[in-house]
Amino acid sequence: MGPNLWANFGEAVSMILFCIGFANLLLHKNLIKKIIGLNIMDSSIYLFLALKGYIAGHTVPIVVDGVQSVDAYINPIPSGLVLTGIVVSVSVTALMLSLTIRLYRRYQTLDLDEISKRLKKEGL
Amino acid sequence: MKKLTNKLLNWLNAEDTSVFDNAMELKMQEPKEEKEETVEQRMRDRLHIKDEVYSESETKEVKVLRIIYRTLAIILCAFIAYNLLIAVSWLPRTGEFDKPVNNEVSARYIEKGLQETGAVNIVTGMILDYRAFDTFGESNVLNIATITVLILLRRNKKKLPNEIEEKENDRLLEPKNDVILQKAATFLVPAIFLFGIYVILNGHLSPGGGFSGGAIIGAGLILYVSAFGFEKTEKFFTEKTQKVISLSALLFYCLAKSYSFFTGANELESHIPLGKAGAILSSGLILPLNICVGLVVAVTMYTFYCMFRKGEF
Repeated sequence: MGPNLWANFGEAVSMILFCIGFANLLLHKNLIKKIIGLNIMDSSIYLFLALKGYIAGHTVPIVVDGVQSVDAYINPIPSGLVLTGIVVSVSVTALMLSLTIRLYRRYQTLDLDEISKRLKKEGL
Repeated sequence: MKKLTNKLLNWLNAEDTSVFDNAMELKMQEPKEEKEETVEQRMRDRLHIKDEVYSESETKEVKVLRIIYRTLAIILCAFIAYNLLIAVSWLPRTGEFDKPVNNEVSARYIEKGLQETGAVNIVTGMILDYRAFDTFGESNVLNIATITVLILLRRNKKKLPNEIEEKENDRLLEPKNDVILQKAATFLVPAIFLFGIYVILNGHLSPGGGFSGGAIIGAGLILYVSAFGFEKTEKFFTEKTQKVISLSALLFYCLAKSYSFFTGANELESHIPLGKAGAILSSGLILPLNICVGLVVAVTMYTFYCMFRKGEF
């Protein structure tokens, strides 16, 4: 272990959240719960990026009173990256949920194991 | 003769049922009642199908394999978590200024952003001026997601007659004339729309911008639909509205930003004034681009809701 684990406890929490989401993906058979797990992973990445841009004692990157110094504002780039991530996450979630609806209409179940068994039986 | 053929045609098209009067006994169908034996028989058949046809019965091997899979998955996740935590423990301390993330790129955005883009909000100036191509891609991602959801979930109108009943059922299930919801929506929806428009128009001056403002307006539209039903929204929002708004917003974004990139790359003089920093009408193209992004996001949110709820607008 390195020296900065306690100082970086926010990042540590985001990494643990990431692994919880990944475990959700692996352990649950229900498709909706898998999608929830993927969203938890997304959120943990936003937390990580936001913490990487944070500088103690600096304010939000909105110019006030004409002060344009690096010592006054936090890093604006991770905020933009989080914005991109949120948009992609919304699109991917909508796409996955609509595919899940189609699968449910076809097989009347959300259980992924059962769906794959039936697919095998149908010879697909 | 003509009367008779008319009657015959009517009978063939099943328009006139008067020929059946007194000739047939019409009776409402009674709801199907099931005896306990038949229910038991049905459940047994279901189990039989499950075991024999789909072979879904739990054998011992399947159970053992499942336990092995679960333990391996948990061990894998714990291993990944341990490695990530080690990596985090070697990262520079949170909140420190001297770390590689704070390099000359962010320094340039902070020090020259106001003069080069005209936006007081540095993040908006960054995503809609320096990195406008990236934001254009994001808007396109949203539009493509809308198109795929439309492909997957839109109901085929000509397909089956019993789908009309289903649609009517959805309309019946709507909370029509729910007084509490409608009264609340009467106050809330205009306020939500106003707030969303404020957030979009002040995107270059204060926190906010096209994405958050568009999401707020989309939420207002969804509240309006849940309170007053689809009959009200059909008057101003149909499939055509969605197409026209999102495509024209994307086209305007593309053309405006192409002009700006072309003049910037060839060191030509741009005819877009930056204006006085801090005013609403300032910072060049950022305000119209924010409006475009907001329109795309609002339309996308509402389309997702309609598709998931009903399969049509």
